[in-house]
Amino acid sequence: MSGEDRYIELLWGPQHPSSGHMRFIVKMDGDVVSEFYPDPGYRHVGIEKIAETKTYIQIIPLIERPAILDAANLNFVYVLALEKLLDIEAPPRAQYLRTMMAEFNRIASHLYGIGIFGIMIGSSTEFMWAFGDREIIIELMQMVGGARLTYSYMVPGGVRNDLPDGFKEKALKGLKYIERRLEDHKRIFLENAVTLSRLVGVGVIKKEEAIKLGIVGPNLRASGVRYDVRKAEPYGAYPELDFEMAVREEGDCYARLMVRIDEIKTSIYLIRQILDKMPSGPILHERFMRYLAKWKAYMERMKKIKFPPIFVSLRPPKGDSFARVECGRGEATCYIVSDGSTNPYRVRLVTPSFRNIIAFKYSMPGHRLADIPSIYGSLDYFPPGADR
Amino acid sequence: MSTDKVLNKVKGICKETRTKDKRIVLIVEKEKMKELAKELRDMGFDHVKSVTGIDYPQKGQMEVIYHISSYQDPELMGIIVEIRTTVDRDRPELPSLVDIWPSAEYLEREEYDLMGIIFKGHPELKRLLLPEDYEGIPPLRKDFKIPTEGIEA
Repeated sequence: MSGEDRYIELLWGPQHPSSGHMRFIVKMDGDVVSEFYPDPGYRHVGIEKIAETKTYIQIIPLIERPAILDAANLNFVYVLALEKLLDIEAPPRAQYLRTMMAEFNRIASHLYGIGIFGIMIGSSTEFMWAFGDREIIIELMQMVGGARLTYSYMVPGGVRNDLPDGFKEKALKGLKYIERRLEDHKRIFLENAVTLSRLVGVGVIKKEEAIKLGIVGPNLRASGVRYDVRKAEPYGAYPELDFEMAVREEGDCYARLMVRIDEIKTSIYLIRQILDKMPSGPILHERFMRYLAKWKAYMERMKKIKFPPIFVSLRPPKGDSFARVECGRGEATCYIVSDGSTNPYRVRLVTPSFRNIIAFKYSMPGHRLADIPSIYGSLDYFPPGADR
Repeated sequence: MSTDKVLNKVKGICKETRTKDKRIVLIVEKEKMKELAKELRDMGFDHVKSVTGIDYPQKGQMEVIYHISSYQDPELMGIIVEIRTTVDRDRPELPSLVDIWPSAEYLEREEYDLMGIIFKGHPELKRLLLPEDYEGIPPLRKDFKIPTEGIEA
């Protein structure tokens, strides 16, 4: 066949069993992809628009909805931007607690991604194992944040809860378990012959290409780019912590998988440091604490804060602010414009998954149909996170 | 390279500039956007982080903001450059920067979709998040009111 006849247009999704809610329009030449168009939007809920109608505190539970399995990090970027507007900084203990939650969430997010990746390339065992191990992290985070996934843990000027009694021992035990389990994952999945043959050398994104497309997170670092917001513009407790950025040079699906594994190890290393170095002191900024003088004894006994009344009508001064953090899946940025009233004039949230959409369009062509799940899974794309 | 050095190089092209910490704000006429973008790219700013449209119906204007930074240059990594320009609200058109920074492709397309801003020269300016057949006011504009569902007794 020749001309246009030789191409078949394939609609992949939005009910694809592994993809979730995302459609791809794929132009196939035999079983080779010749053009690939991502078509997101099935989970678009208009977070940015809804945020304009809410007060600054009400936005906290809203903003973490797009990626509930990485809620603490999205919470973090919004609160950082808001604190820049208010011109305050959380006290040291709150910074450490925030950073700890962010790192726990990074482990949970990577385990989730690896589990989904496993089932996409046919390893049901890896799916079950990764999700099972993620449960440990979720239990630990629940002890601190009070919920399994959506913690709304960080508030302007601090955090909601302090650590419960005996948390450190439990956390160390959990981390040790995860560390040991990574060896099992290596045996069953990471060094499995099927995994290697389906991932090594597939879906290569070269360094220049990765920079040009502006992709983020582990996908970027797997292509040899040494960029991590935690190093480029350290926030929270990161300036005081020691860690190495996980980078690989190959840029293929396997490198992206292994960067995530390395990052889990880095996060474990970071959390251990945080638990050791955790400073004592208040967990809310003094500007808000002064409204809570009569609750001081209660708050210390219960190890949590009460919301100061001013939170209801928080009015940041006129102006704008920009913040960025490294989420599990990559960099998230938040830009807030305040007109001096109780709700923001504009909130712009760019999530890592949205910035990775472009990678589909430019990395898929030239690969075979059977490679689509490998590449998709390796990009750790999350449709609700991208659509917002 | 410090923020001052970056600022000195592009001052001539901009209408107004200011810095706050490590964020450089450059306000520029839309006709000079491309010139400024090229200058910044040659300096080492290699990708776009976000494209934001803001609607000001009282002024009859819309503001378009690009946040850019660098992946490669360790000194520029910590700096965020903000390019701001205004367009007429009734004819919100400005040149696309995709040919300078390909990473802006989907970010610009999203603002076209939700804000109705037309980026001239964009390779694929189509609906992205909204349904393909959506008609009416772009939802992120201020005159779009969120529909509410009442309870019918």
